[in-house]
Amino acid sequence: MLRYFLYRLALLIPTFIGVTIVAFFFIRILPGDPVQVLAGERGVSPERHAEVLARLGFDRPLWEQYFSYLWNVLRGDFGISFASKRPVAQEFFSRFPATVELALCAMIIATALGIPAGILAAVKRGTWIDQATMGTALVGYSMPIFWWGMLLIILFSGILHWTPVSGRIALNYFFPSVTGFMLIDSLLSGQKGAFLSALHYLVLPTVVLATIPLAVIARQTRSAMLEVLGEDYVRTARAKGLQPRRIIGIHALRNAMIPVITTIGLQVGLLMAGAILTETIFSWPGIGKWMIEAVNKRDYFVVQSGLLLIALIIMAVNLIVDVLYAVINPRIRHQ
Amino acid sequence: MKLMTTLLSATALVAMMAGGAYAKQLVYCSEGSPEGFDPALWSAGTTFDASSRAVMNRLVDFELGGSTIVPSLAESWTISEDGTEITFNLRKGVKWQTTAYFTPTREFNADDVVWSINRQFDPASPWANYVDGASYQYFDSTGFKAALKSVEKIDDYTVKFVFNQADSTVFVNFPMDFLSIGSAEYATQLEAAGNMAQFNQLPVGTGKFQFVDYQTDTVIRYKSNPDHFGGASPINDLIFAITKEPAAAQEALKAGQCDVIPYPIPGDVAGLRQDPNLVVTETAGENVGFIAFNTQQKPFDNPKVRQALNLAVNREAILEGVYAGQAVLARNPLPASSWASDPSNEVPAYDPEAAKALLAEAGVSDLSMKLWWMPVARPYNPNGKRMGELLQADWASIGVKVELVSMDWPVYLEQSASVERDGAVMIGWGADNADPDNFLGVLLSCAAVGTNNRAQWCYEPYDTLIKKAKATFDQAERTEIYHEAQKVFHEQTPWVLLAHSNQYIAHNKRVVNFKQDPLGYHRFDGADVTE
Repeated sequence: MLRYFLYRLALLIPTFIGVTIVAFFFIRILPGDPVQVLAGERGVSPERHAEVLARLGFDRPLWEQYFSYLWNVLRGDFGISFASKRPVAQEFFSRFPATVELALCAMIIATALGIPAGILAAVKRGTWIDQATMGTALVGYSMPIFWWGMLLIILFSGILHWTPVSGRIALNYFFPSVTGFMLIDSLLSGQKGAFLSALHYLVLPTVVLATIPLAVIARQTRSAMLEVLGEDYVRTARAKGLQPRRIIGIHALRNAMIPVITTIGLQVGLLMAGAILTETIFSWPGIGKWMIEAVNKRDYFVVQSGLLLIALIIMAVNLIVDVLYAVINPRIRHQ
Repeated sequence: MKLMTTLLSATALVAMMAGGAYAKQLVYCSEGSPEGFDPALWSAGTTFDASSRAVMNRLVDFELGGSTIVPSLAESWTISEDGTEITFNLRKGVKWQTTAYFTPTREFNADDVVWSINRQFDPASPWANYVDGASYQYFDSTGFKAALKSVEKIDDYTVKFVFNQADSTVFVNFPMDFLSIGSAEYATQLEAAGNMAQFNQLPVGTGKFQFVDYQTDTVIRYKSNPDHFGGASPINDLIFAITKEPAAAQEALKAGQCDVIPYPIPGDVAGLRQDPNLVVTETAGENVGFIAFNTQQKPFDNPKVRQALNLAVNREAILEGVYAGQAVLARNPLPASSWASDPSNEVPAYDPEAAKALLAEAGVSDLSMKLWWMPVARPYNPNGKRMGELLQADWASIGVKVELVSMDWPVYLEQSASVERDGAVMIGWGADNADPDNFLGVLLSCAAVGTNNRAQWCYEPYDTLIKKAKATFDQAERTEIYHEAQKVFHEQTPWVLLAHSNQYIAHNKRVVNFKQDPLGYHRFDGADVTE
């Protein structure tokens, strides 16, 4: 198992190099630069423009800048944000917990609802339950996130006043950030009602962000379950007279979970993409909106290092999924 | 240090909450996050609202709800006869804010003024590059740095600024954010502690509100400064709840989660006005949207061609189709509210037949040109693409074929400033201050060719007038010179003038005495809330 883990880990090295190249050159080949953006309509004289670029080292050959960047990254220096003048890693990790908190809650909801919905649809294949579940999943999958988010805000916040419009916690709760995770910090604060308030503020963004992964997981679970339910060992289990609940819950589900776990792992990347819109709609202070703004401002180090850090996290999650996969299915690690 | 800051913040929070049982609170749903809290480093209005306008003062300030310059940290000032020296008499008894992270031992004095200027002026100052990659961009780009010769402390309450030459546009820089006055004592403490970056994170000022806490991209908290020289604010707690999506901010306002929002969507203004709990205020925008020809390229180097295209624009259609009627058609290249705007000028006529005749007179036929449309919505132009389509149709009606082009905003800004650029470019400007030179000089002078003079228009008779106005201190005389300059502008037509778009603010009706700022700041100096 350790050998398998090390093998998977070694495979990440070329991926890491590739990500640094893509992240670096992606933003550098775009026309425009941070000095121009910062100057805005006011403009900047060619002399002043050249002077600032030189001061920031952006006038050096690209390959030289790349290797300098790579060397700094390997030493843990992810650069300084041109826009905020703060270290990128500091900026990233001050926002990252908010995105993780939202993404985790969305994934928990998507998994907790998506898997049972998929199982139910598979078991009740061809019935109205199956059609209703899969129809709903299709609608969820096709939902434009921005429109969906605004619709929920207008209905639940604007008309019914059930949920807050945006933010992470009611403004009357006021405590220093310890972990960056509002649910944890609210508990640590000891302020009465803070945790419930944080939970309350999470409801709408979580629902919006979970919508697409929930639909994907439900459809994948149904498909995988249908395949497994047709296998000989399931038929044998039925012939042995086992309880349907036992057949589905133990024999079928465990095997059906292999592609579902892979799907859940892949959803992490998609959640990041969804988070950009969700964070924008709900003014959620995560990395999604921050990254988009950085691209618009040509904030080179934020884009490069932000992409790299996100990629590293996704790579780590995929590594965990691969290992889990091997734990569930021993044949994998012996191949 | 982080732990220390956290503990200090926690102490401040507890203190604030303990004393805040019946506190008056105003929640402002700001449109973005501040870049930092040292206004001298930044250029965004969002940053100024959160730093200099809330926490700090300047020697002189804009009057609340207006653009007249009024005394602030300086009670009075004198300008020398030759116009090269300005002497400020400072207010006595002004207290620096006492915060969780700074306890002042003295009151505001001339040392603070000298330090606030010299840190930006003197390249040898340890504060010249105190934040990695930082630069004092406004100090430089407004020309203040080039104009300034020295700043001297005469005594504890008198400061003299000496300039290289007489320039009547220099004084209008003093109420601007980059000349906010910081505490030299606070700076010295931070320098000694090797923690200068804190100056940009935890601000100290003399303003109406003092900083309490900032949670990145989420919320900024301030409390009333009890020692403000103009009296404490009736609001105890001012909160900036950062809400970047305008539609969400509007919903939050309707739901009572925000008291004030800065930029309601223009198309929704009528709807918001229907809500009995809300108030929408508007002011004529101190901005201008326009189309700049490249006057150094053929055939736009010929004023007749420019005048022809100007006459072929149906501005009423643009006013409705692009601005939804929420703007005023421009008569001059500076806002109508400016004291230098010439009221005798009219909105250019819409006369396609005269336009055709002028083109024929200029000997131009089968003209094909590029029109650059803005890929982003700006206060002076909410829909560049739509405007481009309308202009394309207008100019097609006089036989001019228009190719609409656009590109990513940073590239657009860069390439549209180039002298080599072709065609006409859609752009605009929002006032930095109330001086006419901020439009007529900054956008149209020879010195600005290749940067923000996107018409690349260097016309000596006009430029001479602009320079003469800068060297004139009498406002009546300057007005006459600027009127003359505007006549030259209209004769030469380097731009197609479009509109000054209105600015809106929406707030809950429980907010009273809130004054909308014509320069686009969001200030809560005099605001109060009722229950």
